[in-house]
Amino acid sequence: MAFISSGYNPDKPMEDRITDIGPRKYDEFYPPVIAKNKGQWLYHEYLRPGVLVHVAKSGDEVYTVRCGGARLMSTTHIREICEIAEKHCDGYLRFTTRNNIEFMVDSKEKVEPLIKDLEGRKFDGGSFKFPIGGTGAGVSNIVHTQGWIHCHTPATDASGPVKAVMDELFTDFQSHRLPAHVRVSLACCLNMCGAVHCSDIAILGYHRKPPMIDHEYLDKMCEIPLAIAACPTAAIRPAKVELPNGKKVNSVAIKEERCMFCGNCYTMCPSLPLADTEGDGIVIMAGGKVSNRISPPKFSKVVVAFIPNEPPRWPKTVEVIKKMIEVYAADARKYERLGEWAERIGWERFFEKCELEFTHHLIDDFRDPAYYTWRQTTQFKF
Amino acid sequence: MAKHETPMLDQLESGPWPSFVSDLKQQAEVRAKNEANIEFQIPRDVVEDLLGVLELSYDHGRTHWKHGGIVGVFGYGGGVIGRYCDQPEQFPGVAHFHTMRVNQPGGKFYKAEYLKQLCDLWDFRGSGITNMHGSTGDIIFLGTTTPQLEEIFYEMTHKLNQDLGGSGSNLRTPADCVGQARCEFACYDTQDLCYDLTMEYQDELHRPAFPYKFKFKFDGCPNCCVASIARSDLSFIGTWRDDIKIDQEAVAAYIGGEIPPNAGAHSGRDWGPFDIQKEVIDNCPTECMWMEDGKLKIDNKECNRCMHCINVMPRALHIGDDRGVTILAGAKAPILDGAQMGSLIVPFMKAEPPYTEIKEKVIEPIWDWWMEEGKNRERLGELMKRQGLQKMLDVLGFEADPRMVQEPRHNPYIFWKEEEVPGGFKRDINEFRKYHQR
Repeated sequence: MAFISSGYNPDKPMEDRITDIGPRKYDEFYPPVIAKNKGQWLYHEYLRPGVLVHVAKSGDEVYTVRCGGARLMSTTHIREICEIAEKHCDGYLRFTTRNNIEFMVDSKEKVEPLIKDLEGRKFDGGSFKFPIGGTGAGVSNIVHTQGWIHCHTPATDASGPVKAVMDELFTDFQSHRLPAHVRVSLACCLNMCGAVHCSDIAILGYHRKPPMIDHEYLDKMCEIPLAIAACPTAAIRPAKVELPNGKKVNSVAIKEERCMFCGNCYTMCPSLPLADTEGDGIVIMAGGKVSNRISPPKFSKVVVAFIPNEPPRWPKTVEVIKKMIEVYAADARKYERLGEWAERIGWERFFEKCELEFTHHLIDDFRDPAYYTWRQTTQFKF
Repeated sequence: MAKHETPMLDQLESGPWPSFVSDLKQQAEVRAKNEANIEFQIPRDVVEDLLGVLELSYDHGRTHWKHGGIVGVFGYGGGVIGRYCDQPEQFPGVAHFHTMRVNQPGGKFYKAEYLKQLCDLWDFRGSGITNMHGSTGDIIFLGTTTPQLEEIFYEMTHKLNQDLGGSGSNLRTPADCVGQARCEFACYDTQDLCYDLTMEYQDELHRPAFPYKFKFKFDGCPNCCVASIARSDLSFIGTWRDDIKIDQEAVAAYIGGEIPPNAGAHSGRDWGPFDIQKEVIDNCPTECMWMEDGKLKIDNKECNRCMHCINVMPRALHIGDDRGVTILAGAKAPILDGAQMGSLIVPFMKAEPPYTEIKEKVIEPIWDWWMEEGKNRERLGELMKRQGLQKMLDVLGFEADPRMVQEPRHNPYIFWKEEEVPGGFKRDINEFRKYHQR
């Protein structure tokens, strides 16, 4: 493994340096039919789940085949995507915001061979490489975060629970039977890189134990003021601590009842780890949306306070989500999003129908917004 | 024979959904065989160690990654996130496993040739593991060592004409929807505005000068496919001010069952014949539609552009022609004070190159205010909460508009300014006492 230089000279870092050039420009990668008809599209239609046609004013058509994918992806897999794009789509492709892969062709005859090719590709373990779906009134791909594969603060894994949930929801990825689309998201801690707070169903990793304090190393590894400032609830204060060997060190003390388990202190100070096998697990939230369609965007609400991590397939999490979707599918009106349905029937009825227990954890007690979630009317259902 | 046993992860290979475990295993095998004779610049068995450390996390129910460490490329304060394994002896291949964020192209359109160049670079100098894409929108390169960072950056900028994305207290990599490239609902060119602002603000993107992160996202219409309204400090959402265009023949075709409603999105169940009254008119949040002599009528003045009717009948109804953006500010995930949705600050603004009004009347004054007043790690939405929407309007020089609120205030505790009250606040107590005894 000999080091091979790119041409970069570490002694003269500014020599020939190129900076601030930004991304490649979007139109370098437009398929010709897109470049030609940009801004001139007339309408679209789903020909079957996962297959769209867009028709332009010029009469041109672009057919899109949408495939699910794990967003954690190897170059081997990307090269296979490229091979498919070169074989069927003159080398063009795109990804969606929800980590789907879209292959576009400019005529109807090219669609069936593409679909056939995609459907025939499986991993050695047996799963599909390119399942077609993710459109219309179904479940699209889960957007998610890193989890245990790459992050320092997760309270659960991301790729594993997503795989387990999508295996269970697979038929809804490939069909249009639901009242409206259902967006599922996962964030592996409450910092929510995945911004799951406005999803129909959100899977959220959550810690439940305050950080441990590595007194012996804390002052050596951390800037104490930064660790203190990082705490959103002011639970951390400076403290002098006597180690078992009698040595006095500068460290911190934590008001445990104030801790909201966010891990921000750990981000600033590695001597405050909070991950814990029993403490960590999953919160389920439901009823959010980002679209302005019919009703305004909504935040997701916590409907299950805690489910333990159950690797490798998170059966309880999967079961709760599956149940919610089945009840919603049976009970909601056409076009009604999960949150709109829950509001129409009332959250008390939602818990009853989804067979979820309502515990005190589900009543908001965090600062001002809490008050606006309490019931201030006699209108409720028995 | 795999380097590490992975009995838990192996259970994630079955089932229909694409298995990341199977993909990682195939990648480990490709690297082991190395048929392309790549002179790997980081350990060849890096993916095997990645599987191994993940299996250990599945066993422990805890992550085995340490955070941070200051790593990066010279002159940039973002784009690279340091990552170290807390079991380096057991998994030396991933002992140093840094992330690089690569600024994705608009609309996430690619040509295979370019993607393969990225793969070549990442196989040679990194793990070959990516996220397509990260939550913010970047292409994520997962896992390389410190000495490779400058080399990757050098090759990326010199050979691929490609820059890194943002991280830390920077402008984060802006992201857009597919927009006018392939969507008839897009009210402005999301990709062009996204690209233009990304290029205009390269300095803000690469060199941290902000109190905290700052995100732009661009949605072409109120359907909000990139969720800008929920997750960007400045959310640009396409809209129009004139009338929805109606093709009455197509309306009749929907009513007659010749065209499937909602573009066929409900094809998986028998919902009965399409009922325009029930499915469109009665679902309209402003009740601004009705049928008259077999024709669909819209009182456009009362329409709030929720998109429902257009979504249900995309062949019959089309967005108006007087188009622009609605701008909302301050959305963020729940840390700290709870989640915040974007709040409306500009009901309508034209969005046409060179976007001077957007830059000079909105973005730059907001940044000046936030950089002056924002506390360390305070998002724009939190500053807005702390100082108030009125303060923000003051900073921007915008007039208050009822479109900016859901409803007027619930309390009369108005902080009147001295100049708003005739005669000001300075009064003569002795003059007052002439008429009011002590």
